[in-house]
Amino acid sequence: MQAGKQVAGRWSLAAAIALVVGLSSISVFAQSKPVALKGGKLLTITHGTIENGVLVMSGGKISAVGAAGSVNIPPDAQVIDVTGMTVYPGLIDSETALGLTEISAEPMTNDLVEPSDNITPHMHVYDAFHGESELIPVARLNGITNAIVAPASSNTLPGQDSFIQLDGASAEEMLLIKDVAMPVNFTGEQRRNESWEKRKFPQTRMGMAAQLRQTFLDAQEYERSLADYEKKKSEFANPSASASDKDKSKDKKQPPTPPKRDLKLEALLPYLDGKKTIVLAAEEASDLETAVNLANEFHLKFVLNRISYSQPVLNYVASLKVPVIVGPIYTTPKPDARFDAVYSLPAQLYKRGVKVALASFDAHNVRNLPYQAGFATAFGLPYDEALKAVTLNPAEIWGVADRLGSLDSGKTANVVVANGDPLDFKADVKQVYIEGRAVPMTSRQTRLRDQYSSR
Amino acid sequence: MSRNTISAAGWVLLAVLTAIATAQQATVPAAHNEVVIRNATVMTVTHGNIPNGSVYIKDGKIVAFGANVSAPASATVIDAGGKYLTPGIIDSHSHLALDNDVNEATSPVTPHMMMIDAFDYQDKAIYRALAGGVTTSLLLHGSANVIGGQAVVIKHKYGAERDAMLFPGAPRSIKFASGENPKRVYGSRDQLPSTRMGNFAVQREAFVQAQEYRRDWDDYDAKVKRGDKDAKPPKRDLKLEALADVLRGKLLVQIHCYRADELLTEMAIANEFGYKVRAFHHALEAYKVADKIAANGVAIATFADWWGYKREAFDAIPWNAVLSMRKGVRVAIKSDSDDFARRLNQEAAKTMRYGGATEEEVLKMITLNPAWIIGVDDRVGSIDVGKDADLVIWDGYPLSSYGVPNKVFIDGDVYFDCSLPGYGMPRYAGGQ
Repeated sequence: MQAGKQVAGRWSLAAAIALVVGLSSISVFAQSKPVALKGGKLLTITHGTIENGVLVMSGGKISAVGAAGSVNIPPDAQVIDVTGMTVYPGLIDSETALGLTEISAEPMTNDLVEPSDNITPHMHVYDAFHGESELIPVARLNGITNAIVAPASSNTLPGQDSFIQLDGASAEEMLLIKDVAMPVNFTGEQRRNESWEKRKFPQTRMGMAAQLRQTFLDAQEYERSLADYEKKKSEFANPSASASDKDKSKDKKQPPTPPKRDLKLEALLPYLDGKKTIVLAAEEASDLETAVNLANEFHLKFVLNRISYSQPVLNYVASLKVPVIVGPIYTTPKPDARFDAVYSLPAQLYKRGVKVALASFDAHNVRNLPYQAGFATAFGLPYDEALKAVTLNPAEIWGVADRLGSLDSGKTANVVVANGDPLDFKADVKQVYIEGRAVPMTSRQTRLRDQYSSR
Repeated sequence: MSRNTISAAGWVLLAVLTAIATAQQATVPAAHNEVVIRNATVMTVTHGNIPNGSVYIKDGKIVAFGANVSAPASATVIDAGGKYLTPGIIDSHSHLALDNDVNEATSPVTPHMMMIDAFDYQDKAIYRALAGGVTTSLLLHGSANVIGGQAVVIKHKYGAERDAMLFPGAPRSIKFASGENPKRVYGSRDQLPSTRMGNFAVQREAFVQAQEYRRDWDDYDAKVKRGDKDAKPPKRDLKLEALADVLRGKLLVQIHCYRADELLTEMAIANEFGYKVRAFHHALEAYKVADKIAANGVAIATFADWWGYKREAFDAIPWNAVLSMRKGVRVAIKSDSDDFARRLNQEAAKTMRYGGATEEEVLKMITLNPAWIIGVDDRVGSIDVGKDADLVIWDGYPLSSYGVPNKVFIDGDVYFDCSLPGYGMPRYAGGQ
């Protein structure tokens, strides 16, 4: 190890970062040289905790991870002593409105959902995603590096989610996976019955179910008409291949006309054949069963969402063998339920073998995701599982476990350094790395803090 | 019927009435308890922590505490098993158990609204907050009106009768509001106030009227005192009577206020009319003018990190509590939410991460400081001899994600016990 590159002292991380940022100022959005975090406690997620570990990041990826002495630190690496610190993978929030809202009560700063109709599957949150939102650095400072951005849940089919990274040169770069999944909401909230005067279809759950069923039937019909058109088109191109000699003369007249393009139905096509994931939200047990039956009717591949009031049917939930994005666990229990009916849901699901992910279901309060995970452990979720619920489990659910969710060689270097237990309030996040870049630990809020505390 | 028989019948009636009254009292958990909690890490708030400490409770009060206490053998012994023991949590800004009757939003000045008239003592939100360690709450009028109604202070004795849940002898508080809420509520109807200048004009106008009303009554009282038989009492006006009481210093003034400039204006108006502001609620920009708030002796009841829900909450920073505290402001963390009320310990604990509050400072934000805001700090808010035995035994460290109440005592009686089945309430069985 070259002494000149070794940073002296355990608490000089900020100074080291300043140096790294300074050196890489030419290309801020690419990791310019390897960084080795040395001496920290590594929460790897996939292979336990390594006390006194070394983690090397190069080219935006984790290039080595292991116990001190077992890992070769590249000679050109920036070595940062993180003794006493805890190092863990960037947290993943499985449902947020990041980039779709700035100030809740100011309508012009909100693009949460298209309220004009219940069925808007052709909405793409990436069309509204505002990468420069002040909310994103606020969340990032608490170690959240990736998130699902979903439209608000007040439509049964509100549009498609995107999977984002909380840093990037542009919104485009932050949108890692566009249209990663399609929410289907069946919580009752989607009924258009807020007042008798404003009533609109669907006013009831049977209305919601009928509308959804008709929409998926229309999508199936649309899929058939597209297939039919493709078939006719290829027959037209190669008449000898399928048509009999007798028909050949007729086919010469007109090429087949394609079906009229329908953006709503087109958006649903990848979900009909189970290629992509439906995020199926319900709260009550009865809604859950109705929604699952509907999804099965159309052979949808789904994960469950919320289920805050489905305590009576948790064995049924387990029998479905699908992951659950639960909560948030802060949801108020029903009046006749015990105080911890929702707090204990992640533990109850885990005990039944269900893969659980946690989510803030929020935008301004995304930063509290780790505390929610910590609180779930107070009601029986094992600590390691709580960590998984905000790292590896969501990575698997969103199909990115090959690159995110754990400290493993070859994965994207989304790494967090904190001076304590990441799921507790005492710990301060000292540095967040995204693709190996030391992200500036500032936000609109830290700037206000610094401006007024220096007075 | 002779005089004597009537008198005898009267005595019988009185005896029956007394018996009924006694029977009713018996259903209210009486503060005739004698309990020793042993083997606890006692977090006193005012005298540091006592490892392996004990607290002796008698008749609902803390009689002794320390490393060792001498208590009679008759006392029930509760072994805390080394767990943490804190005073009950106090929420200085709540709207629970009001069945959504939070705002009488038909006039910007409604000081005669009494929240006790809306208090729904059976609301389960009281229980859910109790299970989070809350023993006392200030139930406030909402912020739709520049001058709202008068608060009610409750103890979370879920399962008890209504009057047993009222905090005996708690001072009266009144709610004022500035900024976006009154402006939005009345502005959307093209009424006064539609602007911040409108808000403050309404407030000043109300106090000008209250000054006249107070003068009229003072004149009348002086005439009566002089023996003037012709003195005619002024017409009673419930609104102005309440505001005159504010001017007389009989009510604690609790002001919903966000922006730094409005915090300053509210203090200026208070000085202009000669009343004191007890606390600013929300006060998300307090950190910008903390020295001035401290100089006026005003407390703040704020959120730990809630922000961005409206324009005047966009400059909120999670360091607000600690920055203000370091400038000498008395700081409470409050819920303003049936949800946050269930985990105020966690909300307060965030100030360790944002600004480095010490353990005792964090505890004060949810015990002694809110008690001061409510005006009951001589009764609750710390483990001190003579104070009400409102206590919480915690599973896990209370200032962490992992701390959850194991038992909650109010006036020395256990109202919540996590180890019990059903709701975990020894004094309430309904619906189990």
